[in-house]
Amino acid sequence: MGLLSDPNRRKALTNLLTRLNAPICMVCYLAAIVWFMGLAFEPFTLRTYMSENAMGSTMVEERFSSGERALSLAKEFDAHKRKAGGMPVEWLVKAMQARGLEVFTQSFSRKLPFPDENKERYMVRGTNVYGILRAPRAPRTEALVITAPCSPGNSDNQAVGLLLALAQYFRNQIFWAKDIIFLVNEHDLIGMQAWLEGYHHTNITGMEYSPLQGRAGSIQAALSLELSSDVITSLDLILEGLNGQLPNLDLANLFYAFCQKLGVLCTIQGKLQRNDWDTAEGYTHAAQTMMLMVLKQACGRSWGDHGLFLRYHIEAASIRGINGFRHYKMDVATIGRLLEGMVRKLNNLLERLHQSYFFYLLPSLSRFVSIGYYMPAFGLLAVILLLRALDLWVNLGAPALEAVDGVTEAEQPSGPGVLTVLTPVVISHLTGVALYLLPVHLQEMAVEHFPVSETEAVVLTAVAIYTAGLALPHNTQRLLSGEGTEQGWKVLKLTALLYLAVLLGCTALINFSLGFVLAVTLVPITASMTPHMPKALSALAMVLLSPAFTILYCVFIYQELIEAPVSVGEGWMLFLSVISQGILDHALYGSLVYPLLALFIYPCWLMFWNILFWS
Amino acid sequence: MWCIIESKSRDQFQEELVIRPLHSGDIYASFQFRTLWDTDFLQERQKVSHYRLFPKSLGQVLSKFSVRELHISFTQGFWRTMQWGQPFIPSPPGAELWVWFHDTVSDVDGNWKELTNVLSGIFCASLNFIDLTNTVQPSASFKPLGLGNATDHRFLRYATLPREIVCTENLTPWKKLLPCGSKAGLSVLLKSEKLFHSSFHSQAVHIRPVCQDEQCTSKAWELRQTLNVVFDLYTSGQGKKEWSLFKMFSRTLTEACPLATSSKVYVDITDNPELFELSPATPLLSQAVVLGDRRTYSVFDLTRAEMFGQLRSLNLLLRDMLRPLLHAERYVAGFGLQTGEIHTVIYNNHPYRAFPVLLMDSVPWYLQLYIHTLTVTSKSRDNKPSYIHYQPAKDRHRPHLLEMLIQLPPHSMTEVTVQFERALLKWTEYTPDPNHGFYVGSSVVSALVPSMVAMNTNFTQDQPLFSSFVPVKEESSYFVRVYTEPLLVNLPTPDFSMPYNVICLTCTVVAVGYGSFYNLLTRTFQVDEPSLPLAKRLANLIRRIRGVPLLA
Repeated sequence: MGLLSDPNRRKALTNLLTRLNAPICMVCYLAAIVWFMGLAFEPFTLRTYMSENAMGSTMVEERFSSGERALSLAKEFDAHKRKAGGMPVEWLVKAMQARGLEVFTQSFSRKLPFPDENKERYMVRGTNVYGILRAPRAPRTEALVITAPCSPGNSDNQAVGLLLALAQYFRNQIFWAKDIIFLVNEHDLIGMQAWLEGYHHTNITGMEYSPLQGRAGSIQAALSLELSSDVITSLDLILEGLNGQLPNLDLANLFYAFCQKLGVLCTIQGKLQRNDWDTAEGYTHAAQTMMLMVLKQACGRSWGDHGLFLRYHIEAASIRGINGFRHYKMDVATIGRLLEGMVRKLNNLLERLHQSYFFYLLPSLSRFVSIGYYMPAFGLLAVILLLRALDLWVNLGAPALEAVDGVTEAEQPSGPGVLTVLTPVVISHLTGVALYLLPVHLQEMAVEHFPVSETEAVVLTAVAIYTAGLALPHNTQRLLSGEGTEQGWKVLKLTALLYLAVLLGCTALINFSLGFVLAVTLVPITASMTPHMPKALSALAMVLLSPAFTILYCVFIYQELIEAPVSVGEGWMLFLSVISQGILDHALYGSLVYPLLALFIYPCWLMFWNILFWS
Repeated sequence: MWCIIESKSRDQFQEELVIRPLHSGDIYASFQFRTLWDTDFLQERQKVSHYRLFPKSLGQVLSKFSVRELHISFTQGFWRTMQWGQPFIPSPPGAELWVWFHDTVSDVDGNWKELTNVLSGIFCASLNFIDLTNTVQPSASFKPLGLGNATDHRFLRYATLPREIVCTENLTPWKKLLPCGSKAGLSVLLKSEKLFHSSFHSQAVHIRPVCQDEQCTSKAWELRQTLNVVFDLYTSGQGKKEWSLFKMFSRTLTEACPLATSSKVYVDITDNPELFELSPATPLLSQAVVLGDRRTYSVFDLTRAEMFGQLRSLNLLLRDMLRPLLHAERYVAGFGLQTGEIHTVIYNNHPYRAFPVLLMDSVPWYLQLYIHTLTVTSKSRDNKPSYIHYQPAKDRHRPHLLEMLIQLPPHSMTEVTVQFERALLKWTEYTPDPNHGFYVGSSVVSALVPSMVAMNTNFTQDQPLFSSFVPVKEESSYFVRVYTEPLLVNLPTPDFSMPYNVICLTCTVVAVGYGSFYNLLTRTFQVDEPSLPLAKRLANLIRRIRGVPLLA
């Protein structure tokens, strides 16, 4: 570390860094992309393995055989659901009581901030029904949860049927060490949110619910079932939860281990595993699976009913039955055996799942990329911002050195005023606050004045405010008394670069995918932005690489990856619905992606937009 | 030999089994064994060395540690008050020990420490984990149950071990304390493979001084050994609501314990007796008022020889149960590893009577209670406790103790909440399985519950044991103790699997960062003379010798 103390060597280093700044940045960016794409290449990834001793060594024998009963229960449930026009509370309570469970119900209601057009709901009122299987000679300190949704229409009946059949089978076993809660939740995530908030007696989203009467101690793990047909060809595992949280990797390993044991086809992101990693197709397949995971994680929403458990430090995953047109078919009894095995192994747990990774990407179910492998990809991008900041810092310092020599002593500018830098920063953030607050609060006014629905009003207001923010530089200039100086924009850019680096760094630590996706689009344009570039061209580039367009690209890529490509028009509609869903997720479940984008990322981008129009 | 018989020893042994079909369809079997030791315990200086029925191991412990009263229970499972009603003798999950010492004891803590270690050996349990960090001195909740009116709670010690696991190794020493061991009498039914194939198992030992007779002319030590089991008929009966002694215990009764003065089996037939088909039928019926409820029992007296050869199978059908008047539960609210909130919910199901309850909470020091956030609400209104005794914790020395007297309005739910912060432990203080969580013992709700029927306040010798444990002082109410479930709380836990990585990282940061900063801060900077050409240096050398000013 003589570098810091030896002025000569320090000067040499800074010279090197400023002279080679642009090439180094280019190399870093390319290396980041290559590194990231390399993560999906099988020889670079690790094979998954069970870390938890309590689940590894104990083999269990699965004996669940009442598949037929599960199906008949599903039919019965369906009939009662249709009759009741929603959750058949009475029937379900009786059915659970007959199976020897302690049964409780919870009613809840929630008024959405604006109508959800995807799921067609606004005023939501429902009831959750849950039964607790008390473990013999256990002091009610630990519990496992199995959930199935009560969905409208024909879907998920089999999940409820299987849930009840499992309850009946489990009740007759003596080996339970943890209480098991069987929960049927209405209105998918809203019901789940109400139940979880009730169980933990919190209220973070303004939900109205009746307090829970029965509890079973601290929940150790949860499994959510989604089955909509009598025969299943494969099971899909869904891990991505709220805010990109993931359950412990051991839960995925457990699922994979039992799929292997019972010979069940299992997928992740709906993609089967391939063995030909050395061919181009094999690699593309793995890369697509990983990209899907990155996109799903980046959008920060809960992709199954399990997603809300993760906030409470409960490891949870959804298991979805897929009925594809493959030859290979399996019945409900096999899925029951799979769940029995998983629950029994979770029952053996002595501690919470904590041995394995919490931060990972999965290019396939049997391979994983741990945080140590994927973080360098982000690090390389973040380094670009720091290098540019260093370059600017050196540049800003250089005239000051000359001043010491006494050459420019006469007109010594005392640096750009705090006001010059502070004004754009404050105004950008005020725009961000407007983008965060106004869409939901102004919907009534918008509906009055324009012929649009509430949902459209919210989304279009958001888009309008976003676009209006682009006119900001001119207004900022008017507010500023003096002329923008050369030093002024440099200081502003230095601030903005460091700000962006910190923002992206923090985001990537919590939700790598979101941080990485934002960094890939924001870093190149922000790193190279100066007021001296051709205005029109660079403005176009900046807009095309702004956060909103990032979302748009993600929508198209996602559709491409799930093999359902869309036209531009459909893509635009999807984009609008993604925005409304993002705002709803924030209001209903406390997802943080919308506030992050509105309050921090967008204002930060606006600061660079200001620099472009600096005069 | 003669002198033993002639010594007019009034030592007694009684045994009793109560079988009560429960609302949920389960069967509750409660054993009580009572040994009276006729000795004058007040003269403690006198060395007692004659033991007849009373176990010597416990007698010696009593005299050595000057114990006035001792209650110890080992429980596996949680008593489900809402499904099963009140138990005859309540106990919290895990191990519970509370002891009143004689007021002549000078070093109570020392005696307590030794006593727990000795008991740990006697019962093969981990009672030696009881130390000052989990011991409290409740001021009101645990009054002596025997003779004497001790009120100075300095001589009381109370501790629970919610983690304690109860199994056969605890049952065997417990059975050895019985005069007949497991050879004869009711104790032949105590087979561990069946007792631990149940929904609930609790065994206890209660020692206290009692009156020998109604006038209380002489006093005696009473040792009560109780064992409560709930059998799950759903899992063992293949759906049939039918049971017999053999099905429950895999044994039948063949004789009473020869040392016992009374040996009885009671079967609760209060509700819908016509639905019962009890075989063999017994002409003996008994009424007892227990826990505010008048109940009818069929009595089988094992000391009568004609009972045997028949008592094999008892069949019955389901019936309804009185809703428990007092019920309590507890849970932790909130998420994250920084703060949380303990909620204790107490239900008064009495339709029109309000009654006070004593709530006792003992919380380990690593949950730092914010006592200013303590709220008590009934029917969504603030309910001010009339008595609060709070002893704050000292880190690593003693737990929090919170005792409150709360008036429960009729037919209400009272919620007691208090917020806490989770402490960060020192790394050696974590258990070997830190991610399992840390236990907080049950809180205790003690109350005199208004009774629906007149309680029996008379003291008679032939009262069934199950109704005579807690002395009844007035006709209109009875004493009940309810335990809530223990809590399992996660504390912030470092990742113990990577100390190596952490050490490496920290060392690197310290070496690189701190080292260079220290270097920069302590180094003295000097302007370095630019090195002169060789010719000038030579000239300077010469000039120095000549004593002339040097060249720059």
